[in-house]
Amino acid sequence: MTQAAIELRGVTKSYGATRIIRGVDLKIERGERHALIGPNGAGKSTLFNLISARTPLSSGEVLLNGTSLRGLAPHQICRLGLSRSFQITNVFPRLSARENLACALFWAGGHGHAFWRRLSRMKPLLQRADEVLHDIGLAERAQVSAGALAYAEQRALEIGMTIAAGAEVILLDEPTAGMSRSETARAEALIRKVSVGRTLVMVEHDMSVVFELADRISVLVHGEVVATGTPATIRANPQVQEAYLGKVVEATHA
Amino acid sequence: MTPSHRDLLLGWLGFALALALLPLALQSDFALSVASKIGIAIVFALSYNMLLGQGGMLSFGHAVYSGLGGYFTIHVLAAVNDGRVDLPVSLLPLVGGLAGMGFAVLLGWVSTRRAGTTFAMISLGIGELVTACVLMVPAFFGGEAGISANRVTGSAWLGIDFASQTQMYYLIAAWALVCVAAMHYLTRTPFGRLANAVRDNPERVAFVGYSTRLVRYQLMVLAGLFAGISGGLAALNNEIVTIETVGAHASGLVLLMVFIGGMGYFTGPIIGAIVVTLLQTVVSTYTHAWLFYFGLLFLVMVLFAPGGFASLLAGGSATLRAPGALQRTLPSLLLGLVALASLLAASVLAVESAYRLWSGSAKATLAWGTLQLDPASASPWLVAAVLTALGAALLVACGRIGPAKELA
Amino acid sequence: MEFALISLLNGASYGMLLFMLSSGLTLIFGMMGVLNFAHASFYMLGAYFAFQVSSSLGWWPALLMVPLLVGLLGAGVERFGLRRVHRFGHVAELLFTFGLAFMIEEIVHLAWGRNAVDYAVPAELDGTLFTLFNTAFPVYRGLMIVVSAGMMATLYLLLTRTRIGLIIQAALTHPEMAESLGHNVPRVFMLTFGMGCAMAGLAGVIGGNAFVTEPSMAAAMGSIVFVVVVVGGLGSMGGALAASLLIGVLQTFAVGIEWRPLAALGPGAADSVLQQLATLKLSQMAPILPYLLMVAMLIVRPRGLMGQRED
Repeated sequence: MTQAAIELRGVTKSYGATRIIRGVDLKIERGERHALIGPNGAGKSTLFNLISARTPLSSGEVLLNGTSLRGLAPHQICRLGLSRSFQITNVFPRLSARENLACALFWAGGHGHAFWRRLSRMKPLLQRADEVLHDIGLAERAQVSAGALAYAEQRALEIGMTIAAGAEVILLDEPTAGMSRSETARAEALIRKVSVGRTLVMVEHDMSVVFELADRISVLVHGEVVATGTPATIRANPQVQEAYLGKVVEATHA
Repeated sequence: MTPSHRDLLLGWLGFALALALLPLALQSDFALSVASKIGIAIVFALSYNMLLGQGGMLSFGHAVYSGLGGYFTIHVLAAVNDGRVDLPVSLLPLVGGLAGMGFAVLLGWVSTRRAGTTFAMISLGIGELVTACVLMVPAFFGGEAGISANRVTGSAWLGIDFASQTQMYYLIAAWALVCVAAMHYLTRTPFGRLANAVRDNPERVAFVGYSTRLVRYQLMVLAGLFAGISGGLAALNNEIVTIETVGAHASGLVLLMVFIGGMGYFTGPIIGAIVVTLLQTVVSTYTHAWLFYFGLLFLVMVLFAPGGFASLLAGGSATLRAPGALQRTLPSLLLGLVALASLLAASVLAVESAYRLWSGSAKATLAWGTLQLDPASASPWLVAAVLTALGAALLVACGRIGPAKELA
Repeated sequence: MEFALISLLNGASYGMLLFMLSSGLTLIFGMMGVLNFAHASFYMLGAYFAFQVSSSLGWWPALLMVPLLVGLLGAGVERFGLRRVHRFGHVAELLFTFGLAFMIEEIVHLAWGRNAVDYAVPAELDGTLFTLFNTAFPVYRGLMIVVSAGMMATLYLLLTRTRIGLIIQAALTHPEMAESLGHNVPRVFMLTFGMGCAMAGLAGVIGGNAFVTEPSMAAAMGSIVFVVVVVGGLGSMGGALAASLLIGVLQTFAVGIEWRPLAALGPGAADSVLQQLATLKLSQMAPILPYLLMVAMLIVRPRGLMGQRED
C-alpha cells in the first residue's frame, strides 16, 4: 500500500473551551486532487493551518509522506515539500510580482541565505519566475508592486507563489475566491496543469470547480469529517445533501 | 550595457569623483573634519537602514556595535603605538568591523528572538546594559575619560601618515565608498529580497521555506559589521573613544538621521547623515538650542513627511518632470517656501528668546547683524507672532492654489 | 534579617512605582498598539510640575492637580499628534513618541536647567513610619505604597465595574466592533492615553522627591519600564505587576549586598580587566541587573512571565 501524502490522526483544535476541530482522521492519497468542502465556520482553514503548523495542534498527529510533523516549524514543513496558499491574500506588498515569485523560488533553487550573488544574474531562477508569471497571466505586470495589483491579480500571484517551486504537496485555500467567471476558468486550468504528478488539497466554495477538479471530496461540518468519497458518492450522500449541498444539487438538475 | 546599468555606473563614478574632489573645494580644516564626520555618519546610517528600512527592524541600540567596534579599534591602535602589533593604520577599521560583527553574533542571537515592538525595547535594554558595563570595567573602557591613541604611528606607506585631516578624510572616503558599494550590492542579492520580504510580511516568509528569525539574525550580523567599521573610522578620526559612542544618545541620533533622510530609499540615510551632521556641527556653533530644533524638525517630519527628505525629493522630481509642470507649480512652490521660511524665522525667534530668558545667559539680547531685540520686552514675541501668522496664511493660500498638492 | 525585611519593603515601594508606570504603558499599548516611548517623559513632567506647584502652593495641592494636568497634556498629544500619525503605521507612531520624548527632555533642559532640582519630601511626611530592629522605614515610602495600591485598585474597579471601563476593554481588542456598536472609539483612545499619562504623572509626583528629579530621569526610568514590560510579557497587566515587583525588589536588595559574584575570575594583574571584574560588588552591578534579567528571560522564556506566545 502506497503511503498517504498527508495523514491526519485524531487531530483536534480547541481555543479554551471552544472546540473548533473535533477529531479528524483523514488520508490524502499521493497524487490525488482532494477537495475540502463544508459550510462556513466548519474549520476548513483551521485544518490547513494545523497541517502547515501555522497554528499548533491541541492533540493528534499530522504526517507528511509518513513523517510526523510534530514539533516542526512552518518553514521546516515547507522545506519537506508542502506548500500552501492563503485565504486572505498574503503576498509581499512592496516587492514586485516577479520578486515575490523569486522569493518563493530561492530555497528550492538551493540559494539559501546567499548574499554574494546578485539576483539579476540568476538566469534559471528568473526564467522560472517568468514562466509562472505567464501561467498566472501576470506577465505584463511583472514589475508592478504586489500591493498595487488588483485583487484578482493578487489572488493569482498567491497561487503562483504556492506552485512556483514545484512542491510535492500543495494546499490551496479558496484559490478562486473573488474571481470572475473567466478568471476562475483560467485558475482552474492552471491548477489542473500544475497538480499533475503532485498531491493537491483544495478548500473551495465554488462547486463547479470542485466537481471539475476533485478526485475525492471530504466534507467538513462543525469540525468533523462527515463524509469522504468520489464526487458522485458525495453528491448522493443524504447527510451531506442535508447539511450542505441541498439546494445546489437542485439547481444543477434544473 | 543597458541604459539603467549605464546610469548606475555613472552614478557611482560621480559619487567617487565628488568624494575625491571635495577637499579641493573645502579649504579649512574645520570643513574637512565636518566632511570626515559626514563620511563616518553615512556608513553608520546605511548600516542602520539595513535593519530599519530593509528589514523592518526598529532598533534603539545600534550604537552598541559601532561603539564597541571603536573601542576594539582604538585598543589595537594603542598596541600599534606600543609596537606590540604591526598592522597598517588604514586597515584598522576592519578590526572595528569584526568586533561589531562579533557582538552582533552574540547579542543579536538574543535580541532577534522577538520581533517588532518587543525587539525595539530589547535593543534599548541591551544598549543600556552595554553602557552600564562600560562604566564598570575601566581597565578596558577607560571609564569616563575613554581610551586614546595616536593614529600617526607605524611605518608611513608612500608618505601617508594620517597626520593631516586631509589624509584622514581620504581614508574615510575610501572606506565609505567600499562600504556604500557593498551595502548597495547586498540589496540586490536574494538575501536582500528576503530581508524585504521579512519586512513586508514576516509570516509569509516561513511559507516560502525560510526561518524569519534566521533572516533577521543574519541581517543583524551584517549590519553590525558595517556599524563596527564606522566605529573604527571614528576611533581613528577622533583618536579617542568614550562612553558616548555606545550610548542611547548615539543610537537615537542614527535613528533620527535615517528617518529624516528617508528609510524607504537607499539614498535616504545618506541624505539624513549629511543633514544631521551639518546640524550637529555647524548649527550648534550658532545656538545652544540646536537639539531643540532638531527634535522639532523630527516631529514635523513625522507628522507631515514620514517618508523623509528622499521621498520628498523623489515625489518632487517625478512631478516636475511632467511637461509644463514647472510653470504650474512655481507660484505655489515659491509661496510655500516663503511660508516655511517665515514660520522657521518665527520659531527661531521664539526659541532663542525663550532660551535666553529662562537660562539668563550672558547674551541677553538677540543680535542679528545690526538688529537688536531684547527677549524681556514684547518686541521679539510680537515679531514672532506676526511671522507665524504670515506663514500660516501663506500656507493656506498655497494649499488653495492646488498644484502644490502634487508635490506633497 | 532586618536588612531583608526593610529591603523587601523598600523594594516593594519602588516596584509599585514601576508598576504605576508599566501599567499605563501596557494599557496604552494593549489598546492602541502604540508603545509610548514618551511615557517616562510624562513621569518626569509630573515630577517637575509637582516641584513647581509645591514650591508655591504646597505638596498636597500638587498631588491633586499635577496628575490631572499631565493627563490633559497627554490627551492633547493624542488628539493633535498621535492621531495624525496613526495612519502611517505603528513604526511612525513609535517614532512620534520618540521625538516627543526628545523634545520634552529639551524643554525641561530649557526651563529648569541641566542639574537636578531640589524637589523634596514635604516636611510633614519626612518622618519614620516605624522602626524595625534599628532601621527606620520612612513614612513617605509607606505613602508611596498606599497611593500606588490605591491607584491600582481604582483602575481595576474602573475597568471592570463601570460602563466606560467595559467599553475600554472592548475597544482594547476589537476597536472596529466597538465603534460599529456606536461608541466613540477615538474619544476612548484619547481618554485612555490621557489616563495612562495621568498615571505616569502621579508616579512622578510621588517618585520625584523620593528619588531624584533631574532631566535624565525619563531616560533612566524609561528603559527600566521597558524591561519590566518585556520581562512581564507585552500586553499583560498581571505580568507587568509581577515583573515590577520582581525587579523592584531585586534591585533594592542588590544595592545592599557587598558580595562579589565574579570573584572566581581573579586575582589578576593589577588594573587588568579580569581583576576589575573580580572586584565588582553586586551593589555596583545593581544598575544592570534588570537588563541581565531581561536577557536571561529572552533566552529561557521569550514571551515573558505571562505574555502571549508570538509566532
